[in-house]
Amino acid sequence: MSGHIHKDYTGAKFGMWLFLFTEVLLFGGLFILYSVYLARYPKEFISAGKELNVWFGGGNTLVLLTSSLFVAVSITALRRGAKRLCLGLLGGTIACAAIFMINKYFEWSAKIHHGIYPGSPHMKEMMPGEVTFFNLYYLTTGLHGIHVVIGGLILTWAMILIKSGRVNADDWVILENAGLYWHLVDLIWIFIFPLYYLILH
Amino acid sequence: MSEEHVHIVPYKTFLVIWLALLILTGITVAVAQFHFGAWNIWVALGIATLKSGLVVAVFMHMKYEDRLFRLALFSALAILAIFIGLTFVDVLYR
Repeated sequence: MSGHIHKDYTGAKFGMWLFLFTEVLLFGGLFILYSVYLARYPKEFISAGKELNVWFGGGNTLVLLTSSLFVAVSITALRRGAKRLCLGLLGGTIACAAIFMINKYFEWSAKIHHGIYPGSPHMKEMMPGEVTFFNLYYLTTGLHGIHVVIGGLILTWAMILIKSGRVNADDWVILENAGLYWHLVDLIWIFIFPLYYLILH
Repeated sequence: MSEEHVHIVPYKTFLVIWLALLILTGITVAVAQFHFGAWNIWVALGIATLKSGLVVAVFMHMKYEDRLFRLALFSALAILAIFIGLTFVDVLYR
């Protein structure tokens, strides 16, 4: 070593991937619950799924796919030395995270307004399969929403480090790993959207 | 291999993948309007798997990583598949 600090990028990225696998298994458990109950209550899942608004789900799909593009391009921008472009793209990603959560707020508010929330009097009158569908919907999209907020905070932190120059064209693995986390958030939504919003629409 | 020479993915590649993801989203919404019975869920899952494959391979740079990364990814997915398979063996034949 010629005096500079050794950086193990492969190790850093591999560690992040190992963490992402645990996230996949966490959401995997929720998708297993979904599939088991879909097999048990196919009719109820379809009638309950019709209550979800495709426009909210579809709109948020576009927002997340675009935010994923921004993060991916921001890494290339940073490594090519285009710091301002990189910061602009990360700002765009965080804006997408905010738009996603605002959409989610309106979507959940509309549902709650219609009396659809866990333990509500209206849900007590529903068929068991429908209750399961909505409970899983709140649990899965809620856990995913928490990940969106955490992802936004991690990207904000990465932005601060880039601004100060601590993360730069030669030392970018923090942005790489922050990006990996953000893409995972997008990946989970890629499965949530068709399973919850499009089920025999 | 020097760490400095890790592949930098061009902007254009990302734009192409993003367009493909938008088109696949359109297809998944369009297909959901037709009723194929149990096939709907398999078509939806197939398209979602294709979309996530694109995100993992290009956006997450899996295509450009060491073989070790892909080996780990497939191990994790195999564990998930076993998890799902064993659950259904229990649920369907109880």
